[in-house]
Parts: sequence; structure tokens; C-alpha cells
Amino acid sequence: MSAAEWMPLVFLGLMGLALLIYVVLDGYDLGVGLLMLGASEEQQDRMVASIGPFWDANETWLVLGVGLLLVAFPKAHGLILQALYLPVALMLLGLMLRGVAFDFRVKAQAQWKPLWNAAFMGGSALAAAAQGWMLARYITGFAEGWAYTAFAAVIALALAAAYALLGAAWLIMKMEGELQALAVRRAKLAWPAVVLGLLLVSLITPMVSPTVAARWFSLPEFIALLPIPLMTALSLLALRGLLNSHRVLGKLCWAPFALMVVVMLLGFLGLAYSLFPFVIIDRMTVWQAAAASDSLRFILWGAALTVPAILGYTVFAYRVFWGKSGELKYA
Amino acid sequence: MDAIVLARMQFAANITFHILFPSINIALGWMLLFFRWRWLKTQDQAWLQAYRFWTKVFALSFALGVVSGITMSFQFGTNWPGFMEKAGNIAGPLLGYEVLTAFFLEASFLGVMLFGHGRVSERVHAWATFLVAFGTTLSAFWILSLNSWMQTPQGHEIINGEFFAKDWWAIIFNPSLPYRLSHKLLASGLTVAFFLAGVSAWQMLKGKTQASTAKVMRVGLTLGALLIPLQIFVGDQHGLNTLAHQPAKVAAMEGVWQTEKGAPLLLFAWPNAQTRSNDFALAIPKAASLILTHDPEGEIRGLNEFQGAHPPVAPLFFGFRIMVGLGVLMLAFSWLGLWLYRRCAWRIEALPRWFLWGLTGMTFSGWLATVAGWYVTEIARQPFIVYGLLRTADVASSTPAPMIAATLMGYVTLYLGLIVAYISVIKYMAEKGLPSESVPSSAATSLNPHRSPQS
Repeated sequence: MSAAEWMPLVFLGLMGLALLIYVVLDGYDLGVGLLMLGASEEQQDRMVASIGPFWDANETWLVLGVGLLLVAFPKAHGLILQALYLPVALMLLGLMLRGVAFDFRVKAQAQWKPLWNAAFMGGSALAAAAQGWMLARYITGFAEGWAYTAFAAVIALALAAAYALLGAAWLIMKMEGELQALAVRRAKLAWPAVVLGLLLVSLITPMVSPTVAARWFSLPEFIALLPIPLMTALSLLALRGLLNSHRVLGKLCWAPFALMVVVMLLGFLGLAYSLFPFVIIDRMTVWQAAAASDSLRFILWGAALTVPAILGYTVFAYRVFWGKSGELKYA
Repeated sequence: MDAIVLARMQFAANITFHILFPSINIALGWMLLFFRWRWLKTQDQAWLQAYRFWTKVFALSFALGVVSGITMSFQFGTNWPGFMEKAGNIAGPLLGYEVLTAFFLEASFLGVMLFGHGRVSERVHAWATFLVAFGTTLSAFWILSLNSWMQTPQGHEIINGEFFAKDWWAIIFNPSLPYRLSHKLLASGLTVAFFLAGVSAWQMLKGKTQASTAKVMRVGLTLGALLIPLQIFVGDQHGLNTLAHQPAKVAAMEGVWQTEKGAPLLLFAWPNAQTRSNDFALAIPKAASLILTHDPEGEIRGLNEFQGAHPPVAPLFFGFRIMVGLGVLMLAFSWLGLWLYRRCAWRIEALPRWFLWGLTGMTFSGWLATVAGWYVTEIARQPFIVYGLLRTADVASSTPAPMIAATLMGYVTLYLGLIVAYISVIKYMAEKGLPSESVPSSAATSLNPHRSPQS
């Protein structure tokens, strides 16, 4: 395989990895933002404290994902972002509102705190829903029509529910006592919406794209791929079972989060299989969208050196704040 | 209004909002390291207090910088898709290196720096602080490398209208990078110098001084007094570099409509694009030639030589004068201030009130000068996006104008709201002082008995 053939694949893999890590990491902190709705002020403070040290770096994965799209596939970058102009703008407004509310809610005068809390929750919801909308538009190849709009609306809600479930799993892991119990109750609420969303994506994507249908519903591929939906279903069922068990409050508090990560990983693999080798489904392949080989080679060196380092210090940062989360203090 | 103008306004709104916060944080990161070092060295609680207060400011500014930076990475695609299609081979890797080497570094260690004291050793914490400061500076390097390449492109070849990299070394270290980078880093230092001094002056005026206030004031004034002469020198060198590579830009900045020898320096004028001349000019004879060519009879090429390919004159002409005027004020305030402060033996309460009010007024002078300077250099690149090679109009998005206008309104409303919130929170924090409860047990001593509820 020549460099012009394999390098775009490497970058596709890296971009996928960055986006997967983003969805998991920012997913849980956006989810925590959604779950603040209806919590007491003291609970809200503790919820924010559990994500405080991480959110900046979590969002950086989105910049890396879109950055790699720009670096490696400049021709697709413009097309995709133009097609998603409005949801991108809404997502950015949401991310901005919640990102700044993080700091303002504790630094501004007490009378403004409810406003910044609302900005935090509203921004999280807007960003999560906009991302779901973008995902739906992307996997249907930006097709127009009321049915596609409805599909996008449903997926917007489903992704928000998935983030809420992930956020609840994070809180189950990082909290104790009353707040942990609250997180279990919220997780139970979010679970059916996540299942419904996943079912819808799995059914509707092959219906709207003959390419995807042909990929999944032909033999022997169908049998070979069966583990993906089966393992997803098993993970989700195990997760639901765990939520009823008291052990989730103790020794197994990490398990719901781990199972959600598995579900997201499988969902990601399923999507990747549906789309590959297209960057824009049925329209543009990775090779058509790729930047010049010299440019890819130049950045590949940097990525080979820095991505392991980034992963290393991300793990370091999480280890520093390992275990149950306390009160957030500048120290 | 047509879509290109709206897209430019939107991008300008975002980048203007964004640059405010890195301008503070690039230098503030190093200042935090300095405060921390002074504290470890002297064990004086005042330095620790300064570190803690300005760390909060840093965290707030960082959040605003991150979210507006994320926006920018998307707006390259939503607003200028053609730029990435045509120049993506050059711009992509430079932006990519920024994210890979700098953005992750700062964002990841920020958490450890802000909340990790007590969880990691002093040494690791000092390293985290260093890495955050280093990351912000490295970030500036990559971004300015790309921006400078767009001003003075080299090291590439163009095949079928698409840019390809030929020599990365030449691309990264293009002719205007050293000047632009040092100009920007010094600008950040000056922004922070007057921010520190201005907030300290406000605390003194409101009778809210703490042990750290007098020290921070001294640091701010000293930093300003040291950096401003350097900045004037670098600015002059940057101007000469621009004259060599982008003469149309200098002609517009100086309002030189016709090529002339012994050109006067216009202190004030009203550039008239219709008559292609200046109204109401107030000038120092031959001074522009002297400054730009270091020869009173030197020739400056006028805008008449760049008809149809030069930027609009008025914004450059005024933007440049606002920047230089603020620089002169900074020189006056920092030198006078240092002299006054020394004369009253570094006792902040002995500083005259009129001077404190003046410094308060200068708190965000660095922002104004920075933004004015950026407008000069960016507007001056027009009508090109890559100077002389690629026109902005040819890379614009096909997004309909009303949609750009609607989102522009959303962004601008949010940005204005956030700037107001930022400044009022800084004011509130400055007046409230710092609760000492957050001092970790190892550092909390009986020296600081005024415990107040933690925010």
C-alpha cells in the first residue's frame, strides 16, 4: 500500500479515536450538567466539583477531532461544517455558555448563581442535543425532508439521554450517599430513552442508506457482525440489572460507567463499519478528502510523538483526582 | 449586507473576543509561576495570596479562552471552507501541531494546577504550573506562525490553485514570524502588567487592600516599565519588516496616498477614500520617512501603486494611531508610576489618588491596544486571505446571508454579555478579597486569621 493510501486511514483512525474519547469524556460532564436539573444547590456544587478538574481537557478532544478533520480531510471539513452550519453554531453557543458558567457560578455574586446554574444546565442541554442532531444529519448524508428532520430531532433527544446516563454513571462512581442514590434514580429514568434511541439508529440508518443496509443485511457479514448488537444489548441489560442492585452503591460503583463506555465503543464500531470508507456517506471517501501526502507525513510525525504523551498525561490527571470526589477548592 | 462581509464580521467578532483571554493568560501563567517562586523563596504569605487570587483570574480567563477557541476551530470550516480546501495543506498541520503540542498540555495540567495542590507534591505542582504557562506560550507560537505565513507566505508551491508544502522550515519560520511573535508576547506582558497594576489601584481606591496588593502593584508597574521600551523597539522593527514585505499595508497605516520622498508623519488626519487624500492633516514633516526608512528623505511607496489591491485606509490609519497612542500612555504611566512608587517607599497608600484613578482607567488598556493592533494587521491583509495569493472572496462559505446574520447576532449578544460579566466578576473578586479558607493546611498559618466563607 502506498503512503497516499495508508496515511488517510491512519488519520481516519486517529480522528475516530479522538471523537470516541470526546463523546465518552465530554459526554459524562455534559450529562452531569443535564442532571443538575432539579438537584439542590449543595448537590449541584458537588456535581460540578466532580467534573471541575477535567472538563477543559475533555473538550480539547473535540478540538482535536475537528482539528484532524481539518488537517487530514480539508475537503470534507468545509463541506461537513457548511452542511451543519446551524447545529454547529448552536452547539458552540451551548458549550460556551456552560464552559463559562463553570467559573462564573462560583465567582460571581451569590445573587447571580441561579442564573449561571441555569446557563450551565441550558448550555449542556443545547450542546448535547445539537451533537445528536449533527450525528443524525451526518449519518443520513445530510438528506433533506421532514422525515430526516424528525429523525434528527429524535436522535438529539436520544444522545442527550445517553449523556445523562453516562453522567449518572459517573456520579455513581464519584459520589456517596444521597447524591449517589439520586444518580441511580436518574440513570433508571434515562435508560429506556437510550435503548429506544439506539434501536432507532440501528433501524433507520439502513432504511435511509442502501449502502448501510447492504453492509449489514447480507450473509455472511450479518452473522459475523452479530456480536456487536448482541454485546450492546447484553451490556445495557447488565447495566439496568446493576441499577437495581445495592452493590452498585459500593464495590461495583465503577461498573455502570464501564458498561456505558462499552456501549458507546460498540455503537462507535457499528457506525464506523456502516460508513467506512466514506467521510461523507456515498459521496466522498477518505482518499478523496485527504490532504496532500507531504502534509499528512509532517503532521503524522508530530501525532506519533504527542498522542501517546497526551494519553499519558490524561491518565495522570485522572489518577491525581482518583476516587470519590470531595469539595472543589482552589489549592 | 452580503454574505462575505457578514462572515468576516462573524469571524472578527469571535477572534476579537477570543484574543482578549489568551492575551491575559500567556503572560499571567508566567506571573503565577513568579508569584509561586517568590512565595517558596521568601515564605511571605503575601505572595501566596497573590498567587491564589490571580490563579482564580487565570481560571476564569482560561475558561473563556477555551470556549471561544473551540468556536474558532469550527468557524474555519463554517465561514471559510475554501481556505481549508485551498490552503489546508499548510494551515491544517500548523493548527494540528497547536492542538497536539500546546492545547492539550495546558488544558490537562490546568486541572492539576487549579485543584491539585495537596494531592500532588510541591514539585509536581510547580511543574504543572510551568507546563500550563509553557503550553499557552507554545500555543501562541503555532497560531502566530500560521497567521504570519498568511501575511508573508513562503515555502509552498501552488498547483491548480491548491497550496502544497515544499519546505516546512521556511513555512513555520516565515519572514514576519519573529517580529509578530515577539510583538504579541510583549503585548501580552503589557496587558498583564496594567491588569495587575489596575486591579491593585482599584483595591487601594476602594480601601480593600490586602497584604499582596502593594507587591502586585510593584510587579505590575515594574513589568510595564521594563516591557514598554522593548515593545516600542520591536514594534519599529516589525514596521520595517512589514514595509519590506507588505508595502501597501504601511502606506495605508501612514495614510500615504501618493509615493513620496520625505513623507510627513500624520499625527491626525481624516483619510478620504473618494478623493484619495487626507483631510484635516496635522503632520510632522519628514518624520514618517525617518521612522520607516531611517532617512528623512527616504521614499515611501504610496497607495497609488496598489490600486485595486490595497486595504481600506481609515480603519488601519486610526487603528494604528490608537495602538501607538496607548503605547505612549503605557510608557508614561509605568515610568511615572515606578518613580512615584519608589519615592513613597513602595507604600501603596501613599500613592496619589489621581494616579490610582489613572491606573484604574488603564486596567484594560492592553486589550484595547492588542485589538487595535490586530485590526490593523488583519484588515491590512485584505482583500487577500493569503497575502497576494488568495482572495478572501474566493474562499467564502455559500451559507445564506440571513443565517449568518442570525448566528452573528447570537454570538455578539453572548460575547458582549460575557465581557460585561467577566469585568464585573473581576471587580467583585477584587473588592471581596480572597477567603483564606482555601489555604491548605500546610500553608495555613496564624498569620491569616480573617477567615470568611469560601465561595
